[in-house]
Amino acid sequence: MAAAKIKVIIAKPGLDGHDRGAKVVARALVEAGMEVVYLGLQQTPESIVRAAVEEDADVIGLSILSGAHLSHFRRVRELMNASGLGERLLTGGGIIPTKDQEKLRALGVGRVFGPGDDLRDIVGYIRDWHSSHSR
Amino acid sequence: MDKKKPEQRWRDRWAKASLRDADFTSISGRELQPLYAQVDLAAFDPYTRLGWPGEYPFTRGVHPSMYRGKLWTMRQFSGMGTAEQTNARYKFLLARGQTGLSVAFDNPTLYGRDSDHALAVGEVGRTGVAVDSLADMERLFRDLPLEAISTSMTINAPAAWIFTMFLANAEKRNIPAAGLRGTLQNDILKEYIAQKEWIFPPEPHLRLITDLMAFCADHVPQWNTISISGYHIREAGSTAAQELAFTLADGFAYVEHAIRAGLDIDDFAPRLSFFFNSHLDFFEEVAKLRAARRIWARHMKETYKAGNPRSWMCRFHVQTAGCSLTAQQPEINVVRTALEALAGVLGGCQSLHTNSMDEALALPSEKAVEIALRTQQIIAHESGAANVIDPLGGSYYVEKLTNDLEEEAERYFERIRELGGVVKAIEMGFFQQEITRSAYQYQLALSRGRKILVGVNAFAGRGETLEIPVLEIDESVERDQLRFLAEVKGRRDNAAVRARLEDLRRAASGTENLIPRLLDASRAYATVGEISEALAGVFGEYREQPFY
Repeated sequence: MAAAKIKVIIAKPGLDGHDRGAKVVARALVEAGMEVVYLGLQQTPESIVRAAVEEDADVIGLSILSGAHLSHFRRVRELMNASGLGERLLTGGGIIPTKDQEKLRALGVGRVFGPGDDLRDIVGYIRDWHSSHSR
Repeated sequence: MDKKKPEQRWRDRWAKASLRDADFTSISGRELQPLYAQVDLAAFDPYTRLGWPGEYPFTRGVHPSMYRGKLWTMRQFSGMGTAEQTNARYKFLLARGQTGLSVAFDNPTLYGRDSDHALAVGEVGRTGVAVDSLADMERLFRDLPLEAISTSMTINAPAAWIFTMFLANAEKRNIPAAGLRGTLQNDILKEYIAQKEWIFPPEPHLRLITDLMAFCADHVPQWNTISISGYHIREAGSTAAQELAFTLADGFAYVEHAIRAGLDIDDFAPRLSFFFNSHLDFFEEVAKLRAARRIWARHMKETYKAGNPRSWMCRFHVQTAGCSLTAQQPEINVVRTALEALAGVLGGCQSLHTNSMDEALALPSEKAVEIALRTQQIIAHESGAANVIDPLGGSYYVEKLTNDLEEEAERYFERIRELGGVVKAIEMGFFQQEITRSAYQYQLALSRGRKILVGVNAFAGRGETLEIPVLEIDESVERDQLRFLAEVKGRRDNAAVRARLEDLRRAASGTENLIPRLLDASRAYATVGEISEALAGVFGEYREQPFY
């Protein structure tokens, strides 16, 4: 039997139109054999977690270049924990200063990626996480 | 002696030469010859294709004297936190020799939402300045000589009412509208294509743009009513040719809309301006900027029959490519920006923004923005680049690239026509898919090491990073702005605001020019979000079908 595909939700929360990274990563994950649900722009933490529950997603990836990463990641993590998705991966990327990356880790967010990171690293990170957290 | 002999000898030797294992295409993936020579311009007539500076078709520049007459305007795009903080940054920049203002608004403002909107949480003042009402405009420009310097405002979906707030502020300070100079970005088509900040569907936004062109022709004649922008298209991942073609196609769409609305082309076309990216591929960028002038001039004169030579001129602002900056070793971004800025200057820009080295990490710190401004000043005053007009004109390579880019743009125009025009093509996702494909191809080339980013996928030292201090926007900014907004709503005449918004709604349902209504609402301290909602009640809202 073929292994189940890793299912990833990609979303842009808040008022941030920079969707280049989100779309490029979505394509790369699909080409790497994952199933991607791209929710698009102007999502709220509520709409993102609702979609993750409905899709039974393994991973939520947020793309944030608006500077609002701390509030969005915090809220999505809280809602994931409250919706039975506490064990699923929350990751993402954007323009996120190093100092804030540490704060995000403390909130229960996985690695966040930024300009210059290699697509293969993102794919590898999600695969590794998935193989060590198979359910 | 046979002139052909050395050429043949070179061709033979070239064919046998061993080459580096490297990618020799441009950053846009363009195949390039190893050498451009006489043969590439054999059928080229410089008298008709280049003309002279300030003369049709303006390939060599829009002014007869170019930078010997007047240097480009050095205009650093800036805004962060509250209006008071941004006002202080403007004073800092003007004190160091900046010659124009350029306002960066925060995301809620760009989407026409107030700071207290549910979607604005965490974003107030983060990537620009928060402007909710005339009261913020007053604070933003306090003590700044708006009658003496030009102001550029990067705002699109709510551009018309941000502009009427700007006008209302000038009015309160007794500065005549006829003396105001500046630029409103006001380019909604590229929002649907690339930057994704819209409120309504395309048609009502186009109506507002045409209304503004008509209003300014009568009342604010020195104002550039639109800055038709390729910058964001390129940042979203397009190639140079796509940026050129999609931007000019947007420009033609605005012209056609205004003509259909009954405006005379020579009344509004002289105030159309453009905004291009300058990316790292130096010669391709110079060629793109030169091609833009020639294509625009030809279409305005021959297709749209504009009679005033000012209507034929493609005047533009250039900004260096934010997407070329790296978070790794941010200090070397200074070098990238310098090369890009030089390409903008050799491409004949009218104003220039140089990015700061820390912009892949955060908004610029004072130190970083000062270095960015100094970069322009060195190009202007030390490098000699401003001494001679269009110094790359006549280069076999640059002229051939200029010709090729023009042909590629024409092929895109044809394709867009076949699809039914720009708005139809947007609704079909044509531009968006073209750009997404180019962005992905470039990212793959980086991932495979075919394209090199120094310090990122090549020559990256293990674990060594250059860290620089970055600007932080304190979370108190949002609280302060929310408190100020509540105060404004508390002290204004709320009955008057309701009446002005009702007038606006009624006018929006008809066909009258909406700018005077927006000005009345702005004078009464109606907020950006209240005006958006009043108009959305009539115009509806736009939703994009997500795809990748």
